[in-house]
Amino acid sequence: MSKIQNAFKNGKAFIPFITCGDPDLETTAKVVRAAVANGADLIELGIPFSDPTAEGPVIQEASLRALNGGVTTDKIFELVKDLRRDVKVPMVFMTYANVVFLYGAERFIATCKELSVDGLILPDLPFEEKDEFLPLCKQYDVDLISLIAPTSENRIAMIAKEADGFIYIVSSLGVTGMRSEIKTDLASIVKVVRENTDVPCAIGFGISTPEQAKKMADISDGAIVGSAIIKLIEEYGVDAPEHVGAYVKSMKDAM
Amino acid sequence: MTNQNGRFGIHGGQYIPETLMNAVIELEEAYNHYKNDPEFNRELTELFNEYAGRPSRLYYAERMTKALGGAKIYLKREDLNHTGAHKINNVLGQALLAKKMGKTRLIAETGAGQHGVATATAAALMGMECVVFMGEEDTIRQALNVYRMRLLGAEVIPVKTGTATLKDAVSEAMREWTSRVSDTHYCLGSVMGPHPFPTIVRDFQAVISKEIKEQMLVKEGKLPDVVIACVGGGSNAIGSFYHFIDEKDVQLIGCEAAGRGIDTFETAATVNTGSVGIFHGMKSYFCQDQYGQIAPVYSISAGLDYPGVGPEHAYLHDIGRAQYVPVTDDEAVCAFEYLAKTEGIIPAIESAHAVAYAMKLAPTMDKDKIIVITVSGRGDKDCAAIARYRGEDIHE
Repeated sequence: MSKIQNAFKNGKAFIPFITCGDPDLETTAKVVRAAVANGADLIELGIPFSDPTAEGPVIQEASLRALNGGVTTDKIFELVKDLRRDVKVPMVFMTYANVVFLYGAERFIATCKELSVDGLILPDLPFEEKDEFLPLCKQYDVDLISLIAPTSENRIAMIAKEADGFIYIVSSLGVTGMRSEIKTDLASIVKVVRENTDVPCAIGFGISTPEQAKKMADISDGAIVGSAIIKLIEEYGVDAPEHVGAYVKSMKDAM
Repeated sequence: MTNQNGRFGIHGGQYIPETLMNAVIELEEAYNHYKNDPEFNRELTELFNEYAGRPSRLYYAERMTKALGGAKIYLKREDLNHTGAHKINNVLGQALLAKKMGKTRLIAETGAGQHGVATATAAALMGMECVVFMGEEDTIRQALNVYRMRLLGAEVIPVKTGTATLKDAVSEAMREWTSRVSDTHYCLGSVMGPHPFPTIVRDFQAVISKEIKEQMLVKEGKLPDVVIACVGGGSNAIGSFYHFIDEKDVQLIGCEAAGRGIDTFETAATVNTGSVGIFHGMKSYFCQDQYGQIAPVYSISAGLDYPGVGPEHAYLHDIGRAQYVPVTDDEAVCAFEYLAKTEGIIPAIESAHAVAYAMKLAPTMDKDKIIVITVSGRGDKDCAAIARYRGEDIHE
């Protein structure tokens, strides 16, 4: 069974997203450890891409800060190697198809296995293109995470049936970033997902407050938060770990 | 040429967020329906002929031919179309299709502003709302086109992210489309992006090669030996090549923007310097580093200043059916001035890349051979930039 499912065994899962190398890799390591110490159940590590078309301004800027600071895929693999000495919760990479493709898909995915990275989220790899990496992911036991969007409609069942690890439900139209209100009828999306798979599902995009996290966790198996955490890192820089830790605790407690 | 998943060999595909999948599927279904619909085709032909001024002229460039002393040179005059470039062919097709699909709003990216102006024009004509994304750098370089778009009723949004040029405008238009799909059509300006765009844009631009073929048979009673066009994303080139792809004796040459040279980092020659990757919805050749980070590219031409190339061109390169050659800023500027002085035609700086290569090739060919150069647009928009390149500061 997928190790990712362990993340959903302590009640509702809280899943923080962190851009690796923003502002530097030492801070990223401290932020991850602070998040885990405060209850994060699964860590989504972003490998920055120069042109992240699914991201809003907050994560776009974090990606550029990280790349301008000289972070590379290889340096991020070193970071994960260090984290895995004590971090036991499941970890997944979030990046773009080109980052995996150019590294050499097999070399990238085999390295994930070696480093105990449990899954891969690629927002520009829809169901129709998953064969690009799925056979390798199966071969190396790395879950290729499926995304479902508010516009998926007739596609939800098809995607859910073949999903591995967990399902990432995109809460709203548009790109990542904080929203004051989430209007999508997510309960009915989750209902169709549940009718078609036992794989857990978590909701992301637009979540920033404990109230929102609770609401999303009530209708699904967890909440994913990116931009709100990146904002804290942007604001506090190398001092961000304690602030992120406190934030993670407030979110997890609310759920 | 396209298989079911929108592949051209290994290239193409649909590498886009799930949020957009139903939108591209809906677009493909609508296109497959309307492309064979007689009423749709009648309306499109009427727009081409009565509004855009098609067919465009195939002009025998006699003075240029004599001066170069080799192959006979014809110019396919897409610069004479309404709005001054080939872009209108694709835009009229897509706007009509969007209207049939019940969309009320067009969004587009633009580099030099030609595609943005064409989209704003079609939106005005068809009573649709229009929003154009343009890199902030380009809004400064092409201030006149920003004014034209606004005059036509479009909203122009300067894009400040990344390098603030064409690739960032594409990214921002894609982001906008994911936030508002139900009433909005993304009128993509080149043969790139996710399937079905490379096929749809090619089909609407293929009118160029269809006309060249007919006009050449009337004028010369035979097909040309060489067809040359400039390539950024590659829409005027694929339009110029398409009906010749199966005519194996017709040589097809795409001219890429080499900027300051393909041995420098200041280049946009994707096929010549790039590698296979996945970006902006497609697998194709891209300028990028070893980790897949997209490289900043450079060309004097804002319209060719893009780090990728359409997937069908990538495929034509792979199978050796078309050749892609680099042309530097300097060569393009010389050709820009040459065509103006020799034929009284000021080509777009993009098109001047094709003219420049023809100037090298023609003298090496026999006089009974024929070259067709597609002049994809007119060069009025470039005069200030070329003057600056020559050290002269003029105000538009």
